[in-house]
Amino acid sequence: MTRIEGHDKVTGRATYSAEYPIEGVTYAYPVQAGIVRGRITSIDAAGALAMPGALAVLSSEDPPELAPDADPELALFQRREVAYRGQFVAVVVADTYENARAAAREVRVTYEEDPHDVRLRGDHPGLYRPEKVNPFYPADTEKGDLAAGLAAAAVTVDVTYTTPAVHNNPMEPHATLAVWSGDGDLTVYDSTQGVSAARAMIAKTLGLPAERVRVVCRHVGGGFGSKGTIRPGTMLAVLAARAVGRPVKVALTRQQLFDVTGYRTPTIQRVRLGADADGRLTAVEHEVAEQSSTLVEFAEQTATPARTMYETPALRTAHRLVRLDVATPSWMRAPGECPGMYALESAMDELAIAAGLDPVELRVLNDPETEPESGRPFSSRNLVACLLEGARRFGWEGRDPTPGVRRQGRWLIGTGVASSTYPAYRRPSQATATVENGGYVVRVAAVDLGTGARTALTKIAATALGVPPDQVRIELGDSDLPPAPLAGGSMGTASWGSAVVAACEEALRDGKHGAADTTDAIKAQQDLARHAFGAQFARVRVDMDTGEIRVSHLLGIFAAGRIIDEQLAMSQFVGGMTMGVGMALMEESVIDDEFGGFSNHDFAQYHVPVCADIERIDAAWIEEDDRHLNPMGAKGIGEIGIVGTAAAIGNAVYHATGIRVRDLPITPARLLT
Amino acid sequence: MEITLRVNGSRRTVEVDPRVSLLDLLRERLGLTGSKKGCDHGQCGACTVLIDGRRANACLALAVAQDGSDITTVEGLADGDRPHPLQAAFIEHDAFQCGYCTPGQLCSAAGMLAEGGPSAVTEDMAADPALTAEEIRERMSGNLCRCGAYPNIVTAIAEVAR
Amino acid sequence: MRSFEYARAGDPADAVARFRPGAMYLGGGTNLVDLMRLGVAEPEFLVDVSRLPLDRIEPDGDGLRVGAAVRNSDLGAHPLVRERYPMLARAVLAGASGQIRNMATVGGNLLQRTRCPYFQDVSKPCNKRQPGSGCPAIAGDHSNLAIFGHSSACVATHPSDMAVALAALDARVHVTGPGGDRVIPMPGLHRLPGDEPERDTVLAPGELVTAVHLPAPPPGASRYRKVRERASFAFALVSIAAALDVAEDGTVRDCRIALGAVAHAPWRCERAERALRGAPAGEESFTRAAGAELEQARPLPRNAHKVPLVRNLIVLTLLELAP
Ligand SMILES: Cc1cc2nc3c(=O)[nH]c(=O)nc-3n(C[C@H](O)[C@H](O)[C@H](O)COP(=O)(O)OP(=O)(O)OC[C@H]3O[C@@H](n4cnc5c(N)ncnc54)[C@H](O)[C@@H]3O)c2cc1C
Ligand code: SF4
Ligand code: FES
Ligand code: FES
Repeated sequence: MTRIEGHDKVTGRATYSAEYPIEGVTYAYPVQAGIVRGRITSIDAAGALAMPGALAVLSSEDPPELAPDADPELALFQRREVAYRGQFVAVVVADTYENARAAAREVRVTYEEDPHDVRLRGDHPGLYRPEKVNPFYPADTEKGDLAAGLAAAAVTVDVTYTTPAVHNNPMEPHATLAVWSGDGDLTVYDSTQGVSAARAMIAKTLGLPAERVRVVCRHVGGGFGSKGTIRPGTMLAVLAARAVGRPVKVALTRQQLFDVTGYRTPTIQRVRLGADADGRLTAVEHEVAEQSSTLVEFAEQTATPARTMYETPALRTAHRLVRLDVATPSWMRAPGECPGMYALESAMDELAIAAGLDPVELRVLNDPETEPESGRPFSSRNLVACLLEGARRFGWEGRDPTPGVRRQGRWLIGTGVASSTYPAYRRPSQATATVENGGYVVRVAAVDLGTGARTALTKIAATALGVPPDQVRIELGDSDLPPAPLAGGSMGTASWGSAVVAACEEALRDGKHGAADTTDAIKAQQDLARHAFGAQFARVRVDMDTGEIRVSHLLGIFAAGRIIDEQLAMSQFVGGMTMGVGMALMEESVIDDEFGGFSNHDFAQYHVPVCADIERIDAAWIEEDDRHLNPMGAKGIGEIGIVGTAAAIGNAVYHATGIRVRDLPITPARLLT
Repeated sequence: MEITLRVNGSRRTVEVDPRVSLLDLLRERLGLTGSKKGCDHGQCGACTVLIDGRRANACLALAVAQDGSDITTVEGLADGDRPHPLQAAFIEHDAFQCGYCTPGQLCSAAGMLAEGGPSAVTEDMAADPALTAEEIRERMSGNLCRCGAYPNIVTAIAEVAR
Repeated sequence: MRSFEYARAGDPADAVARFRPGAMYLGGGTNLVDLMRLGVAEPEFLVDVSRLPLDRIEPDGDGLRVGAAVRNSDLGAHPLVRERYPMLARAVLAGASGQIRNMATVGGNLLQRTRCPYFQDVSKPCNKRQPGSGCPAIAGDHSNLAIFGHSSACVATHPSDMAVALAALDARVHVTGPGGDRVIPMPGLHRLPGDEPERDTVLAPGELVTAVHLPAPPPGASRYRKVRERASFAFALVSIAAALDVAEDGTVRDCRIALGAVAHAPWRCERAERALRGAPAGEESFTRAAGAELEQARPLPRNAHKVPLVRNLIVLTLLELAP
């Protein structure tokens, strides 16, 4: 079965948010703060309003009415304070995009500027321990005696790894089309990962009951977390449309995405590991420093994978946060696991070398019985099987660990391995299944952001109903449908699918209609450690004269429960690993100390992998029969693919060259100096 | 200014502001939203269309400068109801996820297959290389895919190229 | 984007006649439209020269004449260019993407502007964009800016790949303008920033590039090589165009070396070339020549990696070219 919406997508008929044909639409274009921190002293809109086609200018000169408890990133034009460069300080509405954009340049804003600080440092005096880290984990954990564990170790590793700020950069920039009806109801076509969540957030920001708001999103051009919560651009369209009494379209530019749609926080991670003479871990410590804005606390859960990965008598994890004059960081594909596993799995490689052990063997040796930090049993755990199967397929056996000795022409060759992990979450969802026109219609307010949700849910429903997939039609992407959690945290399919299966089962019993809500079922589920695992292997070649690095081969083996659709799963794994290549070798949002924000903010300067960078990526999986998950037996697959890739590549670069680069990305500049 | 274009085979005469890009003309005024805007600066390829049969970034093409040109967008690739072989191959090989880069990939691939000549990875500049996977990857590198569908895109194009 | 008028010129004389203060020539638009959308370029009048009858590549004496409106892709694919100037074909094909090369013209490629991040962001100062406003790149993000020939006013680089090959090939740029026709030898088209970074080239306002003349190709082997952060579709960290002619006795008879992405202009390595002529063609001479050139390098705190990169590229490229 190919993707249900495949035909629409290859013919250009799939409609994304900015593309709904709406009569009388107008265009809004934001004005962004030209300082990093301070206060607006005046906003002069006269010049902008005199421009051709200009309809209105909204700003804090006349703050639009919003709920008093609105999220500070979304509470547009309520305050005069500027919290970061690029923050929206006004918006211009005009009859055409070109006119709106030209008029926006004519808005004159004056400021009173304060000194700013946009640089994360490991010794920053402002570092503090947050109450919790995303979404609800304790910031710190401690088990056993770390000092004793380290003292007892035969080998230790004490290393600091850093990762830069990086941006999700979905191909479709965030776009919103807002339409108010005569009687004050709002319809928002928004590029979002969750229509129910978007509706709730928009309604809350406006102080409206949720029933007055409808959010529609039939196709999304990727999100990778950046569309998981609504962004200021959405509110810009909503407020502008309310002000001019006409539909308003906001399509953010790629540059604006770098300013206001979230990013992965930079991290500074210290990892200390100790192992006995056999290679058994005696201590694991993972300490992380990261940043948030002055507006909102977002604390990424970077050190949490250490709580799950390896058996150790002493384990300490800690998160420290500093509030800087920056935009609020947010979710990006595998928040926490992705940067955290980069540091942990690189450090494990260093430990293997220090202990004279094969890195696959070291990981196998330290595989735990129960979740190390919590002591909870795993619902299933097949990391070892992934490592062994990967090693077999990759031809790992007999690998000479000596670095810098394999040459092919001008290239030095190396291989590396790293583990992957990602939690198997599930959230309450509703769904209905109804007999219509001789088939079934399944309704759930899910969103398909390219993961293949339509296709996967069709298959899940067909299986539950015992009918061929062509007798099932899925309706999603509309907040008028039964409420559902967002597509994020790799929990979409598990959450929606659980409700879809229950609704289908009830429809079978009823003969006509079934409706389900999984809230109680999820509350009642057993307290287990539920995680997907994987192993990634990389072969790289490095030209030491030029610093060029190429990834010749990546192999990922994953254990993620039951795979619902092979082709979709393959695309998800490979897609995640591709983004991991970007993280390893090229992605960095360069912090601009003088002007705030990021100095590289487009696709010419912020590099993501192009077709030529991806020579060979293979993914495969180990079937798991895990009955503690959900009716499908599936763990999420959207995020685990990016977890571990950067470490596997970094470890391979070390194996190739003997150079351990501990700061991502590993660019030619880093190898040459 | 008034300009006349052929768009997917039909003649269109439109009045345009000189600032309007070909991409915005298609998307905002002609209702052809198949061509996508990913960067508006030539850096992603999502807006790729064929101008007089050659692939080009519609975001950097001023509409006024295209007066008299023949434009093919993703909506015009198919032959009536029969999908273009590239469209069929993209579906078959799951060469996309979110689909946002896809129209650009398809138009780019269609243009690329008609190009020939060497590329930056061709060993001998004077020779006409076979369209290997490596050649396809290089030639398709003007089209970013953040979903990472590259391996399947290459497979799909290679199948059509054969 | 500010409003502007647009006109398509019929021939070079017509284009020059239409030019007036505030006007700009429009080639493929891949750089100019980009900069207009950013607010960096704000022409009042665009004279479209992309369809001028300057789209031919023809033999000219023992060289080749390339019209200014020839598309980059046509230049890279032309049989005579591929056969006789493979270094140029490769340089052109190493630039941008297939789509952009289809749009970009030879004239526009030569006159494209720096990719300095501050130059492209009108919310920040930049001497090149706004003379006298300052150069934040010097203390800020200059990781891909100049190591040669920069000034305290500007440390930008010229981003073109094609221009580097043209500099190595001793190409001559033909221009016409209000003051008549003239010929400018490469790399002399582009200036160093000095205290006038707003001027990229020696062209006077209204001067139109009509053609590039390539003299007979240099004897010996030649090569263009570009190092970048990803495998394709990225500007150079450093690039090199080199040609090497070695006599029977194993000494260097002649050589050409030009570097890209290291200066405000394509950087012809005259010192290295001088050091090489007559020297034995081997690693030792190549390393010495690279060293001679790098004596004048003034790397900035965050682009020091370009120094070893230049040294290694010169040596390894010449080694590849040596028989
Ligand atoms: C994403 C991206 C990546 C790129 N990567 C590379 C790369 O890797 N390597 C590389 O070399 N280049 C690269 N480029 C730059 C590209 O090569 C140039 O934009 C292109 O060559 C400019 O040609 P054009 O005809 O489009 O010029 P235009 O944009 O039309 O004009 C550029 C300038 O030249 C002037 N001009 C044009 N024609 C004439 C003429 N005949 N006489 C006088 N003045 C004239 C214009 O007034 C303008 O100032 C890239 C561009 C983009 C957008
Ligand atoms: S280096 Fe030149 S272009 Fe860049 S900011 Fe300085 S003056 Fe401007
Ligand atoms: S939108 Fe034109 S290249 Fe990105
Ligand atoms: S399919 Fe999503 S960007 Fe290519």
